[in-house]
Amino acid sequence: MAVIEAPPLTRRLVATPVAGPLAALVLACAFFGLNSDQFLTGPNFSLIIQQVMVVGTLAIGQTLIILTAGIDLACGAIMAFGGIVMTKLAVDNGLPPLLAVAAGLAVCAAFGLVNGLLVTRISLPPFIVTLGMLNVAFALTHIYSNEQTVVGLPDPLTFLGQTFQVGQTNVTYGSLLTILLFLLFAYLLGSTAWGRHVYALGNSPEVARLTGIRTRRLTVGVYTLAGLIYGIAALLLVSRTGVGDPQAGQTDNLDSITAVVLGGTSLFGGRGLVIGTLVGALIVGVFRNGLQLMGVPSIYQTLITGILVILAVAVDQLSRRRNR
Amino acid sequence: MNAKIPAGLLVTALLLTGCGGGGGQSASAPPKVGLITKTETNPFFVKMKEGAEKAAQASGMELMSAAGKFDGDNASQITAIENMVAAGVKGILITPSDTKAIVPAIQKARDAGVLVIALDTPTDPQNATDALFATDNFKAGELIGRYAKAAMAGEPAKIATLDLAPGITVGQLRHDGFLKGFGIQEGDPSVVCSQDTRGDQARGQTAMENCLQRAPDINLVYTINEPAALGAYTALKAKGREKDVLIVSVDGGCTGTRAVQSGQIAATSQQYPLKMAEEGVKAVASFAKSGQKASGYTDTGVTLITDKAVPGVEAQDTAFGLANCWG
Repeated sequence: MAVIEAPPLTRRLVATPVAGPLAALVLACAFFGLNSDQFLTGPNFSLIIQQVMVVGTLAIGQTLIILTAGIDLACGAIMAFGGIVMTKLAVDNGLPPLLAVAAGLAVCAAFGLVNGLLVTRISLPPFIVTLGMLNVAFALTHIYSNEQTVVGLPDPLTFLGQTFQVGQTNVTYGSLLTILLFLLFAYLLGSTAWGRHVYALGNSPEVARLTGIRTRRLTVGVYTLAGLIYGIAALLLVSRTGVGDPQAGQTDNLDSITAVVLGGTSLFGGRGLVIGTLVGALIVGVFRNGLQLMGVPSIYQTLITGILVILAVAVDQLSRRRNR
Repeated sequence: MNAKIPAGLLVTALLLTGCGGGGGQSASAPPKVGLITKTETNPFFVKMKEGAEKAAQASGMELMSAAGKFDGDNASQITAIENMVAAGVKGILITPSDTKAIVPAIQKARDAGVLVIALDTPTDPQNATDALFATDNFKAGELIGRYAKAAMAGEPAKIATLDLAPGITVGQLRHDGFLKGFGIQEGDPSVVCSQDTRGDQARGQTAMENCLQRAPDINLVYTINEPAALGAYTALKAKGREKDVLIVSVDGGCTGTRAVQSGQIAATSQQYPLKMAEEGVKAVASFAKSGQKASGYTDTGVTLITDKAVPGVEAQDTAFGLANCWG
């Protein structure tokens, strides 16, 4: 409550423990590099980025919402619905692919808009709103798709899954898009008035309001933008898997929150960097890939992820206490 | 202070990794085989993994395993395929969670020269994998259908089918097999209730409760698997109907087989996940040695297990069932 205006960027950097997650990521890479010949190769890193791009992109939207002290349990379900809308419109209704993609993006953004309106106009807790929306989007996905996987996609829908060469390594356009999105939001959050307002809102909505920020409009905007980002994640998912999958994304809500938390962003809002989220997503991806290369069953990856999440939150709590 | 520690770690890490790169341990490493199951926790897949581990040891191969986080988790299975191909496996054995959605990822693995064999569940289309080692699910359904027809002994049937989920072939095949074995068509009026259970005990119970609300005189219950059957039994028992309703099922898990022994389930079609995995690993081993790829469909067998055998339907008793059950 002592903070009247948004803290300057430099102080935020120091207060946000992105350094810890980054060290963990580097250490993990070192460990797996020592234990597997195939780990420290260009193609393998390209693979890891492909494998985290969907959850990573969802986690950008999740970061925005968590920075406002909200949470989104519906992101994976909204993405799955967006993916089905895109693929079905293109395949079953013969819509031009770009139009189908636009429709999918619009649907996802609309979900975000509804979430934002419910949170601000009726003052419902984000947890409850998005829990409800999780079920709504899940059900709509299964009703609209009739539980059928959509196959035979036109090329433009899978374009982001295509690759280009960097040296000897094939990199997908989707990986590039994901990284560009992270850089874009790092800039927007770190260097624009809008970004400062988002942090201020998360620190204290009341103080933010008193300083003249239109908090309700800002919140609705953040949820809508997050929805649009889920739509991009849907396109990434579709291009990665080459199908429209109604079963997709069922654990992605918690996976995206995991990435955000591992990246050092505080669940209480107002503290954190979107680049930390990228690091968090990569930590999960590196452990999954590295343990697999070492021949360790995937259940241990879940175990380790769980421990890392608790560690990350503990670090956040301790640093909050110290700052107080 | 804060900034110095990570920088130090980074330098150390880079030094360490520099050393690691020169190791070169691939020359004498045993060939690898990957096993990707639908989930890690279902006893069916636990048994499958056990069989794969034994067979891998016997043929001097290293087993890598992975699984989805839930049944239907296509993304995790794709990730596992990619990681295994990156790890240099000779072959991948997979029980596809989503029979269509997994196909492009399998194609990529096969393009990279990896032998891909589907276990238990065929892909759609089936020839998306090199080979399929699985139970004949239609036959599994047909066996309990024929058994039920004989056991009902002419009494008019009021049937509930507790199915898997729409669009999943295994469930469809067992369901269709059951109807054929019972001698009726889809849409026959004797089928008074059909519900999806996703093979889950709690959902099976709810489905049976709802079916009994709709048609209290149900006297024959087909279930997709034994957890669903046990859920149905609980619902029937609550209504005091457990003695006069015949439950038939598919799977042959140890819990299910014991339920057949105690009379909760009348009969079940037992399948053999251990054998699927063993045969799969052997096929990969022979591919690693000779370059010979397995192909086509191998039926890993199915046996009707019941202690109340009926004439005209070949069956084994629960002693046999318990000796061969999984989980």
